[in-house]
Parts: sequence; C-alpha cells; structure tokens
Amino acid sequence: MPQVTLVEAINLALASEMTRDETVVVLGQDVGRDGGVFRATIGLVDKFGAERVLDTPLAEGMIAGMAVGMAVEGLKPVAEIQFSGFAYTTIDQILNHAGRMRYRTRGRMSCPMVLRTPCGGGIHAPEHHSESPEAMFAHMPGIRVVYPSSPRQAYGLLLAAIRDPDPVIFLEPTRLYRLFREEVEDDGAALPLDSCFTLREGTDVTLVTWGGMVHETLAAADALAEEGYAAEVLDVATLKPYDIETILASVARTGRCVVVSEAPRTAGFASEIAAAVSEHGLLSLMAPVQRVTGYDSVMPLARLEKQYMPSVERIVAGAHQAIGWAG
Amino acid sequence: MEPVARFEIRYTQFLDEHGRAAGEWPAFARDNDQLVDLYRWMVLMRTYDAKAIALQRTGQLGTYAPILGQEAIQAGVGSAMRSDDVFLMTYREQGVQLMRGVLMKELFLYWSGDERGSDYAVPRRDFPICITIAAHATHAAGAAYAIKLRREPRAVVCALGDGATSKGDFYEGMNAAGTWQLPLVFLVANNQWAISVPRSAQSAAATLAQKGIAAGIPSEQVDGNDLIAVREVMDRALARARAGGGPSLIEAITYRLSDHTTADDASRYRSADEVAAAWKREPVLRVRNYLIAAGAWDKPREEALVRDCNERVQAAVQDYLDTPLPDPAAMFEHLYATLPAALDSQRSEALERAAAASHAGSA
Repeated sequence: MPQVTLVEAINLALASEMTRDETVVVLGQDVGRDGGVFRATIGLVDKFGAERVLDTPLAEGMIAGMAVGMAVEGLKPVAEIQFSGFAYTTIDQILNHAGRMRYRTRGRMSCPMVLRTPCGGGIHAPEHHSESPEAMFAHMPGIRVVYPSSPRQAYGLLLAAIRDPDPVIFLEPTRLYRLFREEVEDDGAALPLDSCFTLREGTDVTLVTWGGMVHETLAAADALAEEGYAAEVLDVATLKPYDIETILASVARTGRCVVVSEAPRTAGFASEIAAAVSEHGLLSLMAPVQRVTGYDSVMPLARLEKQYMPSVERIVAGAHQAIGWAG
Repeated sequence: MEPVARFEIRYTQFLDEHGRAAGEWPAFARDNDQLVDLYRWMVLMRTYDAKAIALQRTGQLGTYAPILGQEAIQAGVGSAMRSDDVFLMTYREQGVQLMRGVLMKELFLYWSGDERGSDYAVPRRDFPICITIAAHATHAAGAAYAIKLRREPRAVVCALGDGATSKGDFYEGMNAAGTWQLPLVFLVANNQWAISVPRSAQSAAATLAQKGIAAGIPSEQVDGNDLIAVREVMDRALARARAGGGPSLIEAITYRLSDHTTADDASRYRSADEVAAAWKREPVLRVRNYLIAAGAWDKPREEALVRDCNERVQAAVQDYLDTPLPDPAAMFEHLYATLPAALDSQRSEALERAAAASHAGSA
C-alpha cells in the first residue's frame, strides 16, 4: 500500500471517483493546469480533460452557484475554494440554495455537490487563509459538514461526500496536508458520514475534537498518559449531522469531557457539543464540560498564530480542569 | 489613440403601442391563429394575476408579486421555449410557468406558503422560484454547462429583473456563460422599478443590455410590451444556444403596472401620471387591437375567452382551497435524501407537538 499525505489522499479519491462516475466534475480556480494551489487536483486535467476539470474565472460565489446548477441538472460537481476565508462569499449559495433545493421542491430536485476548502491555521499564511468556519456551515440545514484529520479519513470521507445525494461542505486541515504519511489503499471504499472515530480508548477523560486539532489532541493524550491518565480521543469528523451517541457513550464511561477546537469560542461547534453533552449526559458528568478553543479574536497573522491556536499545554490544562474538578 | 472595442445595442419592435405593424414580420407572426393562441394565454395570465391579488386581499393567499404589464414578455418567452429547455426564474414569471405546464393550483399553493407549489408535475426540470436576487444567474450557468457537457440540444433561460443587473451574481453568471459559450439566454425584464428604486437610479449604463457586452455576450434590447418582438428575439437566441452558438442577453423594456408585491404601495414613490402613461403602452390591448383590425378577433370571441379564463381560474382556486395543509412531517421529509438519525428526535418532537395541538383543537 502506498504511503500518502492527506492532500495526496484527496487527489487519489478525486481520481478514483472521476474514473468510476463520469458525472463527477471538478471546478475551481487553478484546479486544472496548475493542479490546485495545494496540488490537490494535480494530474486530473490530463486524465479527465478540461471539460471535466474546469479552471474557472475568479469568483467564488460563481463557483458555488455553478456547482448548484450543475448538481441540480445531473452532474456531481466537486468545487474547490482556494482558502476558507474566501468561502464566505459562497454562503448565500450554500445556505439559500444548495441546502434547500431538495426541501423547497419537495424532493423533485436535489443538489449532490461537494464544496472543498482548506481550513484552519498553523501554516503562517496571509490574512483570510487560516479561518475555521465550520460552525457557520454546521448551522445550515440540509447540508453535511465533513472535516477529516488523516489521509485515510480524507480518502474515504471524500468518496462518501461525492457519493452522497445531498450537498457536503468538505473542510480540509491545511496544516495536516503534508504533516505525515499513512498507508491508504486506493480501493474506492468510502467511510461512513454518520459516525465519530474513536482514535484512542481511555477511561479518565473524553477529548472531543476534529480537523487539524486532532494532531494536538493526540499529543495531549500522550502527555496525559505519562501522568497516568487514560484519555479517550474522539474525532467527530462529520460535524453536520454529528454522532452525539458515540460522544455520550464515551462520557458515560469517563464522566469528563473536554472539547478542543481552534475556532473562536462563542457560538462555536465546541459549544454545540458542550451543550448537547450537558443536556443529555448531565448525570454521567463529574465535572463541567471544558472548552479549549481559539479566542474570540480575529485569527491573527503569522507572528501571533501560535499564541492563538490551542496548544498541547492548553489541552492538557483543560483536561486537568475536568479531572481535578472538586465540585 | 485607436478604439480597441466598439459596440452597439439594437432595439427590436414589430407591433407599436397602437397595435400597428412595424418592420418585416417573422413568419410565425403572419399566422393569425398563432397570434390568437398567444393572445389567449396573455388574457389567461391577466385573469389569473387579478384573482391572485383578490385572494391575497381577502386573506386567502400570502404576499404575492403581480405580473401585470409583463404578459408579452412571458408569452414570448413561454412560447419560444421547448419543453426540454430549462427555465430559471424570479418571483414574477408566473405567466411563463403557466405556459410551461405549471398548474395554476401549484402557483396558488406556492404563493400561499406551501412548498408543494414548487413540486411541478410539469416541467420537472425547471428550477424553483429564486427569491434571492440574481443568485440563479450562476445556477443557470451550471445547468447550461451540464447540458453542454452532455452535448444535448437544449437551452437554458434565466429570467431576471432590472434590479438584478446591479448584482455581482448577474455578472458572474454572464461571465461564466461567455467564458464557456454556454447554451444560455439571459432575459432581463426591465420593468423600470426595483421596488421603489427607478431604473435611472439603478445604473448609469445607457442600457442594461450592454452589460452583457462586457461579458462577451451578444446583447440586444426589445420592446417587452411587443409580443411578436419578444418571441422573435427569443426564437433567435434559443436557436443559436441549442445549436452551440453560445449565450445571449435580451433586455426587454416593459413597465411594472402593479405594486412590487401586495405588501407594497407604489403610489408612495411614483406618480399616477407615469403609471397612466405606461398603461397606454400595455401589451395585451395592443395585440387585441391588431387582431381586431386584422379581422381575426371580435367582441363575441373576446367575451367567450373572458368567460373561459374566469372558469379556469375559478376551478384552480377551488382546487387550491380544497388542498389540505401539509403534514408537519414534511418539515423533515425532504431535508436530506434520507433523514439522518441525528434528526430523529427533532422530528418526533415536532410530530408529537402537532398531534397534541390538533387533539386540543378538536376537543
């Protein structure tokens, strides 16, 4: 099996599904000849031609809107937005149209599109290149929001996203694009879009996270293990609709829950999980749910980025709060 | 200095405001039977429209956007399109919808606030009404791209208003259509008013048609109150699109004789004189005048037509009023192809509450 990076796994999944299903098209800025600014689409135009791998004019709203029109008219578009900060102009299309086509036509039409965009900080990028908009998308009815954290997940979840009959926002952790390699079998097998992944089992505290923060959270679990605490690590992976059952079952065993997210705290997705765990798991909780998140600040430019993002130390501190809670 | 680009915008009119012929008429217009057929559609549109307003005024319909004054554009577009073409629309295209097979009952359902009104029995591939202005211009480009990719001899028509031409989405859709030479016709019904903002305050451009030139699209103006002219320019644009000749933009000049919607009062921002002058150019009367002068129409036929239209509209109203309210489960039925398990509890809650309310209501 080949050892591939996360961004290479994206490429493998795209090529695999474009081979299997000729209605799949890829569109976005620089996705053709250039292979995408992160090379996620490299080689696709040579293999599948410029009719199915579209270098678009520079207009994110148009990319999303065209994907809606293509999907309704029988294609399966996979649109790329170069950076998540540029995805905000697609919100009108995603919220007002992609997520509503099936509903507003009573099932007469559907919108099986995928909108991919690199997400999150930690790559010392210019302004607007390090955003974490997952909560905004997760707030929208009728769509799915997926955020993989490893090459194998990226491959299997992207296949599932393309095959899904409804619109999917597919967020890719830029920081993990090339951080590590993993064996990925290019076998066309999709992963489920309705479950969390239990990355590590433990009995003392449940650490819940997704996307790029999975990396720091696993490191925090290592640090906690050295202190003698067994942390369970759950990767939510699909944020909308999300698998609360697995989270509640874990919290029922550990009694303690820390949610880790690099997005701003207020009204973030960490708050959704904290609320749901409090609502449905209060009697298993031995401490308040802790949120370890980015600050309610603008995502800073490169020089302060490290101070903004939740670090291993902050996650460990959050776990200490939960474990040491004295009531 | 040498000019590096030149353009002109042509204006087409075949039937002037008095119903007199102008210019060399296209073949279809020399067949009075065809004109009578389209005239019948226009009268049906006007009858339906008046009834919709009456229903709203009597609390039997929600907020409604009238089409009064735009019947020529709608009959021209509706008759030029083929059933397998795709129509994308704003909220003021009910006449085209009727001609494409949408049931009047479905229109009433939609305007009463019922999604079943967008589940057209016919035409299945037309997009639902797009309320967010001009967002559908890019949907149209996407649909046209799909059609072109499959090498199908079909065309897409995207209808917009004058206000929509101020939006980026409109330009982005046109730009895509030009870039890929898509089989797509943009039809801008310039009715002079975007709620309270007149055309003069919408853009400094001399015509709205010329905005298409910037996207590399053949663009022209037409008298939108002239049925024959609208039909002819649509015929040409659609034929070119279906044959792989690329997109077009047509600016149809008309006038919104009604309020923006039933929630609007246009007398707050425009003069009665202006509206009275616009009525002199209205589209239905000029076709009738022409047909009467040509000996193809008379009072008995007019009276029979009015009776027939009233009966058809009344039957649709009855059908609509007899339709039971949607089931509360419908809120969750078409949210996804299959409802995710995570939403089961919300669905159950909604159904239980609805059942309890209905039980309390019947007790």
